[in-house]
Amino acid sequence: MTIRLLLAFIGNGGRCPMKSKFNKDSFINQLIFTGPTIFIFSSVVLLSFVFGVYLTFTNWDGISASMSFVGMENYLAVMSDSKLWSSLILTIQYVFFTVTIANALAFFLAYALTTKLKGSNLVRAGFFIPNLIGGIIMGVLWNMIFNYVLVPFGMQMNWPIFQVSWVNDEKMALWALITVSVWQSMGYLMIIYVAGFMSVPKELLEAGSVDGANGFVKLKKIIMPLMVPSFVICLFISTKGGFMVYDVNKSLTAGGPYNSSELISYHIYQTAFMRQDFGKGQAEALLLFLIVMVVTLTQTSLMKKMEVEM
Amino acid sequence: MNILLNNVLKPIKYFAIYALLLLFLSPFFMVLLNSFKTDAEFIANPLSLPAQFSLNNFVEAFQAMHFVNSFMNSLIVTVAGTFLIVTLSAMTAHRFVRHKSKFNKIFFYVMVATMIIPFQAIMIPLVGIYGGKLHLLGNKWILIYTCIGFGVSQAVFMYSGFIKSIPAELEEAALIDGCNRVQMFFFVVWPLLKTITVTLIIMNVLWLWNDYLLPTLVLGSSFKQLTLPLSTFSFYGSYSADYTLIMAALLMTMTPVIIMYIFLQRHIIAGIVNGAIK
Repeated sequence: MTIRLLLAFIGNGGRCPMKSKFNKDSFINQLIFTGPTIFIFSSVVLLSFVFGVYLTFTNWDGISASMSFVGMENYLAVMSDSKLWSSLILTIQYVFFTVTIANALAFFLAYALTTKLKGSNLVRAGFFIPNLIGGIIMGVLWNMIFNYVLVPFGMQMNWPIFQVSWVNDEKMALWALITVSVWQSMGYLMIIYVAGFMSVPKELLEAGSVDGANGFVKLKKIIMPLMVPSFVICLFISTKGGFMVYDVNKSLTAGGPYNSSELISYHIYQTAFMRQDFGKGQAEALLLFLIVMVVTLTQTSLMKKMEVEM
Repeated sequence: MNILLNNVLKPIKYFAIYALLLLFLSPFFMVLLNSFKTDAEFIANPLSLPAQFSLNNFVEAFQAMHFVNSFMNSLIVTVAGTFLIVTLSAMTAHRFVRHKSKFNKIFFYVMVATMIIPFQAIMIPLVGIYGGKLHLLGNKWILIYTCIGFGVSQAVFMYSGFIKSIPAELEEAALIDGCNRVQMFFFVVWPLLKTITVTLIIMNVLWLWNDYLLPTLVLGSSFKQLTLPLSTFSFYGSYSADYTLIMAALLMTMTPVIIMYIFLQRHIIAGIVNGAIK
């Protein structure tokens, strides 16, 4: 086949066969294959992103025809907005606890499920179920549980921790959010860790046993170093998801009580669409973008250094 | 020692894991149980069995949340969105891999780079352009359009990794046999992409079916157009004191996905693993 192509090439005196037609043809094909994607992607993502940067220098409310240039005003307003910074601190707390707890639980669950257990596929499938249902539905569901199931349960068992509804308590609302997020993301992370465990060669573990390593030593010295790639993926996914969480925040606590659980995405939504301040909202959104980028890139590059060669 | 481990510790481990799973899934059982009860029964004891299995809540919620209408909207958005994202991205990725013109290379990197941008950093100008300026928002067709915009970069990225591993000779043979490029793509390349296509279908179906923020921004309050998560949430907003009615609504919203999961469980888990690792 390659020879036939070569012959056609030589037969044409070293030029591409029918060059002028080929170019026109090539352009039409480029249009058919990439045209719709490039057009839709550019008009939705690229155009919006560029227009968004422009928006941060205006005072637009999102509706009216008038839009005036305000220079750096929005950025200055963001810097001096104490509500934004407290929301950011809450978000960092939320991300830290959600990522740590969810990954730790998912890892040990995956470990328990990969050491020969009958029906472990069924168990794995079961733990994944919360991921099938969107954050907004989860929030409503858990709101009912915190309010109407756990409170009577706490009263009956005399457990003070449940006697006040978590979603209506300033100190506990963030923890309600963390609980639901851990519950939801755990199953997803677990199946990635299970795939990681499966990829650890059995011979290495057997060699470890022969050398007298017990379960814990094998976990620490053999399994964990080989599973760094899984950790990189899981930490990236859960950190990025944590900073961007909105649905569950809205339906579980709606940012309350008294903004005690208002995370950054929710805050941005409020600024732009409730207070009709598109310029400032977008400046906050770009700040979020910057934070997500710095945190995830630092985390990934630090973790990559821990990878080992096999 | 080993006998002791096997006979004593193993059953304990089984029991612990299954008990943990039951506890983990208990919120779902609670919804199932209480959706058949009256509010009074629920308040009296959320954990009791219903006195009688009444379907009243389901009938009422079904009508009040316009279930059929929003189910159809969700179905249309999910099916059309997934189909278009997958097909368009596969074609684009193929072109990007096989024709490395400067433009194609640069555009590919731009698409990959945008994957790190959080949705929140795009949503405000998006509403500004399509709502404030062009007045196009408020129907599911523009929702599908925006979903394609947000979905293609990841799909193009995953497809192009996969297409690189397919030998180009196969395609050349088809061209020499007289296929044009479109035929060649759909008859020769497309069947080879099956694994990754299944992965992408699963990821996009779960995303589009459950998405909330983008649909709220695009559809606004035109309730004829609402998808299932939106209509369920707005139903919750207006009936929040009618607990068991809400439970019935939640159960109805969750059931379609869970039924799908029961049948396609293996593929879904495999697809999620593929999607995360690639």
